[in-house]
Amino acid sequence: MVELLSLFLNSVFAGNILLAYFLGMCSFVAVSKNIETAVGLGFAVIFVLTVTTPINWLIFHGLLAPGALAWAGLPDVDLSFLKLIIFISVIAAMVQAIEIIIDRFSAALYAGLGIFLPLIAVNCAILGGSLFMVERNMTFIESVVFGFGAGVGWMLAIVAMAAARIKLRYADLPSGLEGFAITMIVTGLMAMAFMLFSGITM
Amino acid sequence: MKLTRTKAFKTFAGPAWYENPINMQMLGICSALAVTVQLKTAFVMTLAMTFVVSLSNLIISLLRNVIPGNIRIIVELAVIASLVILADEFLRAYYFEISKLLSVFVGLIITNCIILGRAEGFALSNPPHLAFIDGLGNGVGYGSVLMSVALIRELFGSGSIFGYTVVPERLYAAGYEDMGLMLLAPAAFIIIGLMAWLQKYLVNSRK
Repeated sequence: MVELLSLFLNSVFAGNILLAYFLGMCSFVAVSKNIETAVGLGFAVIFVLTVTTPINWLIFHGLLAPGALAWAGLPDVDLSFLKLIIFISVIAAMVQAIEIIIDRFSAALYAGLGIFLPLIAVNCAILGGSLFMVERNMTFIESVVFGFGAGVGWMLAIVAMAAARIKLRYADLPSGLEGFAITMIVTGLMAMAFMLFSGITM
Repeated sequence: MKLTRTKAFKTFAGPAWYENPINMQMLGICSALAVTVQLKTAFVMTLAMTFVVSLSNLIISLLRNVIPGNIRIIVELAVIASLVILADEFLRAYYFEISKLLSVFVGLIITNCIILGRAEGFALSNPPHLAFIDGLGNGVGYGSVLMSVALIRELFGSGSIFGYTVVPERLYAAGYEDMGLMLLAPAAFIIIGLMAWLQKYLVNSRK
């Protein structure tokens, strides 16, 4: 339990998927202009990461990992090189499925998240979550906690950025610095603040 | 006709400088930052990226008349993912050390917005040779930003270039210290922000 909690805290703060591993930057820069859309996209990312990371875990350990096909009488087969193409297809399919399900059951949620879901299929944070899961040899439970934690961390970063950018609108910046450049510098300062959490261990 | 006036040159120079994918269009930043602690990883990443973006542009442009419009995204992703797997397996087979350092970031080329963006925006509507050149230009534009960030971070962070120490001993003896911050994530954000500022300023003042 304690390990899971510390994995969660680490994936939210010190190992923040956006501020420490730079994943999901494209939509981070594009969508952090106002708080409401940032919150909407944040929830969508949490949702998709929490679902796709465990599903990809099951697929990787059930079909792709070296020796995983032993049940089919093929113990020597190693399909792990296929993981990139399989993961991205699973993510695209899951995003599509989630979109259909939300549309069927909750019109309000669909109206809120709808436009962001297709964007998420190519968000590197989602594929990154699955690849980190393989690279760090996580167990199934850990992959659920990591997926959720990474999503929360990403949302925290984008919402904080959206809040900072509202204030930045009133700043008198030199020409050329406005927009992308200042966003990156502010993100850098934010990343420094998040690194302070790295001293916390359970 | 001067070289700088040909269509091919413009196709190359546009993405390499004026519409630089990272600094001007803010695409593909995800992977740009993570591999820039050392020049070596940045260089390999540039090669992998140029390989994937130019070939995916070429292949998609060759196929542009047979891809049905409504499933084009998945076809494009399949082409890109196959090329990325090729690059990843090649690095694993011949340059295992570097592939360990790059970890998941080679795989993440798939979701790099530059590649899908160029496939959608350029390769689908242009002939193969121009699409290939456009891909090269994007690779070079992406790589030049990557390498300059990496140069600054490696020089000030570990006092070396491509792994060779360049800061003389005397300087260390006189009290100079490497800047630890340069090796951490925040430095990458700040350097890229400053570089985007400089480039935007230069491009704007030319107009």
